[in-house]
Amino acid sequence: MAHQIVVLGGGTGGTLTANRLRRAYGQNEANIVVVDQNDRHIYQPGLLFVPFGLAHPEDIVRPRSRQLLPGIELHVSPVDKVDVVSDSVHLADGTVLAYDALVVATGAVLQPHETEGLTGEGWMERMFTFYTPEGSAALEGALAHFDRGHLVVNFIDLPIKCPVAPLEFCFLADWYFHERKIRDQVKISFVTPLDGAFTKPVSSRALASLLAEKDIELITEFNTGQVDGASGKLVSYDGREVPFDLGVIVPLHGGAPWVSNSPGLGDELGFVITDEHTLQSKASPNIFVIGDAAGVPTSKAGSVTHFEGEVVTENVQRFLAGEPIDGSFDGHSNCFIETGFSKALLIDFNYGTEPLEGHYPTDVGLPLLKESRLNHLGKLMFQWFYWHVLLPGREVPGIKSSMPTSGKKKPVAASSQPVP
Amino acid sequence: MPSKMIAGEDVELTDDGFFVHPEQWKEDMVPDLAKEEGIDTLTDQHWQVIHFMRKEYLEKGEGPTVRVLGKTSGVSVKELYQLFPKGPAKVAAKIAGIPKPIGCI
Ligand SMILES: Cc1cc2nc3c(=O)[nH]c(=O)nc-3n(C[C@H](O)[C@H](O)[C@H](O)COP(=O)(O)OP(=O)(O)OC[C@H]3O[C@@H](n4cnc5c(N)ncnc54)[C@H](O)[C@@H]3O)c2cc1C
Repeated sequence: MAHQIVVLGGGTGGTLTANRLRRAYGQNEANIVVVDQNDRHIYQPGLLFVPFGLAHPEDIVRPRSRQLLPGIELHVSPVDKVDVVSDSVHLADGTVLAYDALVVATGAVLQPHETEGLTGEGWMERMFTFYTPEGSAALEGALAHFDRGHLVVNFIDLPIKCPVAPLEFCFLADWYFHERKIRDQVKISFVTPLDGAFTKPVSSRALASLLAEKDIELITEFNTGQVDGASGKLVSYDGREVPFDLGVIVPLHGGAPWVSNSPGLGDELGFVITDEHTLQSKASPNIFVIGDAAGVPTSKAGSVTHFEGEVVTENVQRFLAGEPIDGSFDGHSNCFIETGFSKALLIDFNYGTEPLEGHYPTDVGLPLLKESRLNHLGKLMFQWFYWHVLLPGREVPGIKSSMPTSGKKKPVAASSQPVP
Repeated sequence: MPSKMIAGEDVELTDDGFFVHPEQWKEDMVPDLAKEEGIDTLTDQHWQVIHFMRKEYLEKGEGPTVRVLGKTSGVSVKELYQLFPKGPAKVAAKIAGIPKPIGCI
């Protein structure tokens, strides 16, 4: 009998996994069904560029069905819940799908309602998010009419998708107002709940000095408890206030709602409890998790999803063949950080190694943690790469899923003693 | 690493004041640790949070973030800030003798 493989979510992770599995199995060896709530696949990294007129919303959306290889069925309906006892998925349209192996790839959802005042007065008027197509398009209009005042960029709390995106927004805003020759009329502040510009020491220092160089104010350890759109201010839980004329806010994220509707599968925030090396759900051995839906300690990023694809595809096959599971995923992540003026930075890291200086993937590769034009080209190329290599699930020569170490500079530990 | 006498015992702390060895923590250290953080009177709610932090750490290997605390400890984020004005997750972690909670990248 053919294996029944169900993939929940037809975004980055679901598409690339379904395509890789379709190649691995002949038509009569496996049935592969992808479930998604709609047929619009968004290239999410492009959302960052829309507010600055550098991309148009219609250019970053394609039909999901067209990204899937022939022989993969796309079923359009929201998922309602998964029953791990009977190995079946219940869809909102009433369909019940039984599976031998399930791949969860329903990503993360935005939860603006969890922050007091955020969706109240002023929402989509003086405060926006660029994390949705509607938000980023509306922000383009608001920025175009913004001639002077205080622009405040804030993310409420981690985890968020692509945690460097709010910083990139600041850098691009700096460039954008320079281009419009009104940079001196605009104050830009980056407000973060973290205790520095970023999470890990080496990259946090590098990014803080870049913010200072570009005259962007950095406000740290600010836990936004309330957004007051009527008077235009962020209020932290400990009573501090940051006034703004234009607020760009990344809401809290959680897992897709069906996860919390499926007992045993998710954590407090609705992310699926997952083994960080095998990417197998801890609730059941025939469930694998890829991308933002997974509760694993690395970035929620397309690059991570791409690197996870290899292990997930391999493990689905091993599981169905009754072979031992592969535990080799190392948390590998890399991100281009757009810094404006046609330059970008690149960071590369995994579970154990923080983003370091050096080059990627080897000594002669792209510079790490340093602004360069080459990295900016890399970021632009990523869109082509996304539709043509990453989603089809093709192998990339020279790029492995595990993190390369050869081009990296080891950090000098702050507490290390000089060798006598 | 600095070490410090707390409730009559020598405890090793990180530069920013977190326990290096969570197993060195004892419940009778709590009043002293709390005083260091400017908390003179410990209410039942303080204890509830401190015990919860400790339990989560022992079960999961890391302390919860403020947001998770607000969802799971039975004390809302607002109240958490009233109890630990300088930052609930960090301050409660210090008092509960567990490492600094780090959300991921
Ligand atoms: C502004 C922005 C900029 C970014 N920039 C970068 C970048 O530069 N580099 C990078 O690597 N990554 C970047 N990312 C992150 C990247 O887009 C995501 O990490 C990646 O798309 C995750 O893939 P996924 O498959 O887990 O989730 P997604 O691609 O989001 O797919 C999830 C799918 O599940 C579906 N779904 C959800 N719930 C249900 C349900 N109940 N029923 C049915 N279907 C459901 C959704 O419709 C969606 O299609 C960025 C993200 C944003 C928002």
